Amino acid sequence: MKIKINRQETIEEFEVPFKSTTLLKALYHIKNNIDNTLTFSSNCRSGVCGACAVRVNGKEVLACSHTPQDGDLVEPLVYHEIQRDLKVNKQKARKTLKSSTAWLHQPQKATISQEQVALTEKQSDCILCNSCYSSCPVLEVNPNFIGPFALTRAYRYTSDPREGDVKATIDNIQTNGVWDCTLCGNCTEVCPQGIDPKMDITMLRSTSAQFGYSDPNFQAMDFGFGGF
Amino acid sequence: MLDILIVGSGGAGLSSALTAKQQGATVTVVGKHYPTASQTSMAQGGINASLGNVTPDSVQAHIDDTIKSAHELCNKKMVETMCQDAPNTIEWLEELGVPFDRTQNGKVAQRQLGGASSKRACYAQDYTGLKILHTLYDSCLKEGIEMLEEYFLLELIVEDKQVLGAIFLDIVTGEVKEIRAKATILATGGYGALYKNFTTNSEGATGDGLASVLRAGGTLSDMEFVQFHPTALKGSATLISESARGEGGYLVNSKGERFVDELLPRDVVARAIFEQIESGEEVFLDIRHLGEEKLLHLMPQEVHLCRLYEGVDPISELIPIKPVAHYTMGGIDVNENLEVTGLKNCYAVGECSNAKIHGANRLGGNSLLEIISLGREAGKNAVGCVSQRTETTNTKNTQLQKTKEYIDSLFEEYPYQKNFYNLQDELGEKFYKHAGVVKDNTKLNNLLNELRVIKADLDDMGIGDKNRENNTNLVEFLQFQNLLTIGEVVLDASIVRDESRGAHYKSAFPKKDNQHFKAHSLYWVEDGILQNRLQKVES
Repeated sequence: MKIKINRQETIEEFEVPFKSTTLLKALYHIKNNIDNTLTFSSNCRSGVCGACAVRVNGKEVLACSHTPQDGDLVEPLVYHEIQRDLKVNKQKARKTLKSSTAWLHQPQKATISQEQVALTEKQSDCILCNSCYSSCPVLEVNPNFIGPFALTRAYRYTSDPREGDVKATIDNIQTNGVWDCTLCGNCTEVCPQGIDPKMDITMLRSTSAQFGYSDPNFQAMDFGFGGF
Repeated sequence: MLDILIVGSGGAGLSSALTAKQQGATVTVVGKHYPTASQTSMAQGGINASLGNVTPDSVQAHIDDTIKSAHELCNKKMVETMCQDAPNTIEWLEELGVPFDRTQNGKVAQRQLGGASSKRACYAQDYTGLKILHTLYDSCLKEGIEMLEEYFLLELIVEDKQVLGAIFLDIVTGEVKEIRAKATILATGGYGALYKNFTTNSEGATGDGLASVLRAGGTLSDMEFVQFHPTALKGSATLISESARGEGGYLVNSKGERFVDELLPRDVVARAIFEQIESGEEVFLDIRHLGEEKLLHLMPQEVHLCRLYEGVDPISELIPIKPVAHYTMGGIDVNENLEVTGLKNCYAVGECSNAKIHGANRLGGNSLLEIISLGREAGKNAVGCVSQRTETTNTKNTQLQKTKEYIDSLFEEYPYQKNFYNLQDELGEKFYKHAGVVKDNTKLNNLLNELRVIKADLDDMGIGDKNRENNTNLVEFLQFQNLLTIGEVVLDASIVRDESRGAHYKSAFPKKDNQHFKAHSLYWVEDGILQNRLQKVES
């Protein structure tokens, strides 16, 4: 079986054994036996550490969870600085966690029901693999967009009954945040954990509205009679 | 000068960072991966605390269970401290926002794990470690804690047994850099990767902190104690949780015969499976009789893992399994303040350390507790150490230059005649077969000789990738060397301990021998030579 790897300067083709059950194993086969310089990130081998996300035939996958097919084209994530081959710098994308202030601002004691936990159970399954970020077309036009995973995380904390100051996070996700999303759903499609950032962003929009925010795009729209 | 340098960004490192920062110290956390990629993310089951939210429980019961499982090799005071602190630990995690599952009346839910006399493990589905780790990470971002990613620990900077900081390879730029601090906390994880392809651990569990301590003149202890989990997938060594047997799954051999009571302790079941495999049988987990509906409801993650990594559908097929290395009880020897034996201003915490909590066999749910509870303790203690220290006047140290020269030599001099990756694979399998579930002195000695030959051949290895930046080949070669350092100690300690205790089992010495071996095995290097002694446990 042959797989192709986009190494920036060239697209190289490698022969890997059919018994490679995962793409990560195929990559290690190449690194260990054919070309030591092939560079990629990985760690846990079981889909929870988020290190090994790449794109295969244009779609984001975890290398450790993808079964390679003959002719697969493997590429690094987009909207990330490519450091070498498939290894990317995730620091810029990670900064969105800080700008969105996705954490408990003012912890308060609260009795939480299992139903409330279940509401954000999926959101807190996030492994920070950055697949959603790579799939997001908004970043093509606005590199400062906070992006899907940080907004999902903001939603997870603002929905927590232990948060005593929901507005603090909401205030920080207005600019380059919830209103910039086009609700295309790419992020939802590629998430290896089955998280639905599109829905989380929709929810954050309604919370934002409760705090008096509204869609700036909507305000800017002029339907020929000077707007609303 | 920086107050506290924390090496390792898993649960233990981040907990100590948050605590030290809250107490006013300046803190930098350094890790070889991004913080959320650490081993902590893989912990599934839960974190123990005797809250009694589901079944009656007490701190004393938690202490008793832990001591029983440790087979005399624990420090009762350490166990007591940790178990008493467990409810506070959960409260602290609650304040940070960890999304624990709940009982019907809104309390933190708790489940039964092996060896516990009550439902004691607080959990967040089977993602407990992941959710704790990510919440800690978010809290560190909130507190503005400096975290340096992709820094690989090369050496501790030591003068007169005082640790002055550490030297790192900045993986991205390829530069060798030093970070000095008044106190250093090592939270670098275990050495399960020694059993490559035969462990549930991540690739990065290469004992980097342990090897650096040994080189710096510190002490390691109880390195022969490695816990094996009975059921991992045969091909990929992916963990299949104990819950599969808890729900009524069977273990069968190639003839379809059951051969062990599936619910006996981990070490006993692991040995029974290993013996079957040694006698030429294949071993399978059979959960087909539980039915599709129940399986998809109770263990969807397991069903998914079997399909993905083993290519079998557990609803209609047998799951091929093997026992694999799961947790390393041994580690950097520390005192009751978590200070590293033989070094000053240096602490170790989490799986990299041996705080004498788990002894010869770790209890499920106690490792997450250890990293958080003792992680906070390490943070506090390091702050205390910093306040007593005056600014070091000595700024000159030849260590950095030496380390730089060694790294340069890997780029310039070393040939690449022998492929260390292949050797690492071979070693992983041999450690599994000869220093694994069942040990035998002849095999251990042979493997020790082989390992020493490989060590002597290191000059023929080196790296094929000569680029300075983002050189993962270099990192993997350095990790391989750390594994050789650690592996030698594991083998020697296994040879010395002629008895069976907890996870350490020798067929020729199947009984516990308290007269000779109710003792910790200590290892250190003196004048370039590995030294050891047994330290009796007072009872």
